[in-house]
Amino acid sequence: MARDRDPGREIIPAVQKLRIQHAKRDRLRFTSHRDFQRAFERALKRAGVPMAYSAGFSPHPKISYANAAPTGVASEAEYVEIGVVQFVDPEKLLAVLDEVLPPGLDILAVVEARTPDFVARLEASHWRIELPGTPVATLEQAVESFMSSSEVLVERMTKSGIRTFDARTAVIRANVESGADCGILQVVVRHGVPAVRPDDVLAALKKVADFAQEIPPRVTRLAQGPLLEDGWSVGDPFTLDREATQA
Amino acid sequence: MTVQSVFPALEQLLPRVQKPVQYVGGELNAVVKPWEDTIVRWCLMYPDAYEVGIPNQGVQILYEVLNERADTLCERTYAVWPDLEKLMRENGVPQFTVDAHRPVGAFDALGVSFATELGYTNMLTAIDLAGIPLHAVDRDETHPLVIAGGHAAFNPEAISMFIDGAVLGDGEQAVLAITDIISDFKTQGSPGGRDELLMRLAKSGVMYVPAFYDVEYLEDGRIRRVSPNRPGIPWRVAKHTVMDLDEWPYPKAPLVPIAESVHERMSVEIFRGCTRGCRFCQAGMITRPVRERSMTTIADMVANGLEKTGYEEIGLLSLSSADHSEIAEIAKGLADRYENTQTSLSLPSTRVDAFNIDLANELSRNGRRSGLTFAPEGGSERIRKVINKMVTEEDLIRTVTAAYASGWRQVKLYFMCGLPTEEDEDVLQIARLAHEVIKAGREASGRKDIRCTVSIGGFVPKPHTPFQWAAQLDHETTDSRLYKLRDAIRQDREFGKSIGVRYHDGKPGVVEGLLSRGDRRVGKVIEQVWRDGQRFDGWSEHFSYDKWMAAAEIAFADEPVDVNWYTIRERDLSEVLAWDHLDSGLDKEWLWDDWQDALSEVEVDDCRWVPCFDCGVCDHMGTEIQVGPTNAVMLPMPTIPSRVVATSGT
Repeated sequence: MARDRDPGREIIPAVQKLRIQHAKRDRLRFTSHRDFQRAFERALKRAGVPMAYSAGFSPHPKISYANAAPTGVASEAEYVEIGVVQFVDPEKLLAVLDEVLPPGLDILAVVEARTPDFVARLEASHWRIELPGTPVATLEQAVESFMSSSEVLVERMTKSGIRTFDARTAVIRANVESGADCGILQVVVRHGVPAVRPDDVLAALKKVADFAQEIPPRVTRLAQGPLLEDGWSVGDPFTLDREATQA
Repeated sequence: MTVQSVFPALEQLLPRVQKPVQYVGGELNAVVKPWEDTIVRWCLMYPDAYEVGIPNQGVQILYEVLNERADTLCERTYAVWPDLEKLMRENGVPQFTVDAHRPVGAFDALGVSFATELGYTNMLTAIDLAGIPLHAVDRDETHPLVIAGGHAAFNPEAISMFIDGAVLGDGEQAVLAITDIISDFKTQGSPGGRDELLMRLAKSGVMYVPAFYDVEYLEDGRIRRVSPNRPGIPWRVAKHTVMDLDEWPYPKAPLVPIAESVHERMSVEIFRGCTRGCRFCQAGMITRPVRERSMTTIADMVANGLEKTGYEEIGLLSLSSADHSEIAEIAKGLADRYENTQTSLSLPSTRVDAFNIDLANELSRNGRRSGLTFAPEGGSERIRKVINKMVTEEDLIRTVTAAYASGWRQVKLYFMCGLPTEEDEDVLQIARLAHEVIKAGREASGRKDIRCTVSIGGFVPKPHTPFQWAAQLDHETTDSRLYKLRDAIRQDREFGKSIGVRYHDGKPGVVEGLLSRGDRRVGKVIEQVWRDGQRFDGWSEHFSYDKWMAAAEIAFADEPVDVNWYTIRERDLSEVLAWDHLDSGLDKEWLWDDWQDALSEVEVDDCRWVPCFDCGVCDHMGTEIQVGPTNAVMLPMPTIPSRVVATSGT
């Protein structure tokens, strides 16, 4: 089908890795992970970032994406790691990359990667789920019966068919607040396999309390990172890299 | 009047539909202007799914040209899929633009770009969802003007009851002229209402307004005559031609969608028009003369576009890109400039005879050597003379031999079935040709893993071409020829396994044929089929031949015509064609002579390289051929210092 790529092409190794925290907001929360990947790669080109590329017939820029939030879910805490062939100033990268991305895909923080096992550090997520039209009392009741259960099985359609799993154990904490015209659920969920997502938590709530919900919920990931000593707060996964840089 | 965004209401529906990202906009380089700051507001539509519509160059160019005007804003809308259409109807959400999610019904003009007639039903959905009356005659001052453009607008008769106007030819200057007229009219307080505005537009000649023409019919169903029904309305409406493409280097800031689209690359148009004279090709006939963009402007557009988009592939667009007078210099210059970047070049359409291996090598220098595609169009030497595709079997074998010898493993060949005068034997020749291609390829490359794919579809006669009088082949015969070809290739014991066949059945071509050579009576079929739920006719999973035929049965019940009358009937010179009052510049007698030459298998050359044939276009339209060479030199790119690299190493 095709002739081999020029074997003389020079492969330059990465000299530095950078970790990027970005948000997915407002109407761009409907961006799928694949959509974001394309938009991000093009933004790197427009920003003139000296990306490292993989070897092989079809070279790809060195980018790792971690735990992308589902399509339709907003996020303040998405993480990406890139490899570059020239040293890049994290502050400049933050400013330029944010400038070339459309509003709604916003760069929040950039650190130089100084520590290993970044993905393992993303232990849990803090989700904020707005449920328009759901009274706080109804929601509180549902959360109470959910949290007092030891297991709530839910079903989800996956590539290999319908899968049944427990949505309760992964939920470390669940709070109910009242919003303008909605009940707001704040949940901290431990990452695992299979990942328990906000819609799984909602499915579980409906199962134990049977509350109807006409209007689609608005979900935002507020934080993603290590579980702190209190056992339920989600910390900043960049702390270790920042400390290593200052040291 | 201020206009509210419909996004808050739409947002509730998006979690319930497929690929919601296609409805949210947010493209890079999109423009949103304050409503109150402008006088004229355009909404442009490409009447297909977002993923197909967003890369469309026509819409992107006009979007930018219009938004550059201080008194004008321009937004875009695309066809919504049936899942969202249903929810929008249930929840009272109107057709919206993706830029600021403004309701389409609030704009002054809705411009719909038709690359193909198969978008007609989608236009009806959009008009209806926008709250605009389906029939132009029922609209008033509060409704946008619905204006058709694009190639299908050269015969908009089938949709004439749904549109207020049609613009023929290049849109850049035409949309500005229309904007001037709307702007003056609104500034004057809209004297005389919608009728007066349409009169001004029609009188200026910028736009064809179907309502100002009457069509009379003969008893046998043919057209007696088409004539203006008001004083001051021109008998014929002429196409627009932009001269000097260097003065119109659009798009300057191409739109980059977040959603995936069918063309993930940046396109730069390197010339407009084509005078190769292929008799089946409407695009080549209606876009004359050839007007090249200079190498220098092309290079600037590529550099600027890459910087503004971040794309990794550049497509050099035109009807036959290898025919640019300086294509070798352009390809080499760009390959030099972008050497050792990840940027690659492609020529979407190349002719067998214009192709050479040096050009192909330049194009693939920075990129992958994917398959090469050629379009001999006709299987036999005889039929290629009929269609004036002046490519010999020798040319083809020489070209593919060179390609296989230089490392390409896959060659795609495009053909048509159902061409005028065609017999089974002409189509069966394709099997022999593919056999020869593989044979030559194996010898040249010394490998057995080379492949050839034959892709073949049914021919549809189009207005403003020498074949506008021809009988279209019925779909049963088309299909039977395609099956015979498929069987012949399968029976090729020696090389059959190296040859792939892709074919499209003949039924969609019948509907396309009905629409493309349709007259005003066909509008009733479109409305009927749309009311029966037909949408997205360009998608095989949505297209329904049976629905179309059932709708035609109802719509033509009281008419002396039927689908066959429009499609498989040959016309003669004396017949008034539905589009005769629409002027592509081509002289009708010249077209007829070319049709007679086709039947006699007489070829005609390209007027870029031989004297004028008096096709009529340049004389009639006051245009001229604009080709190089310019002998300019493409300089290496200056290195731009990175804005993110650390000034002192960390």
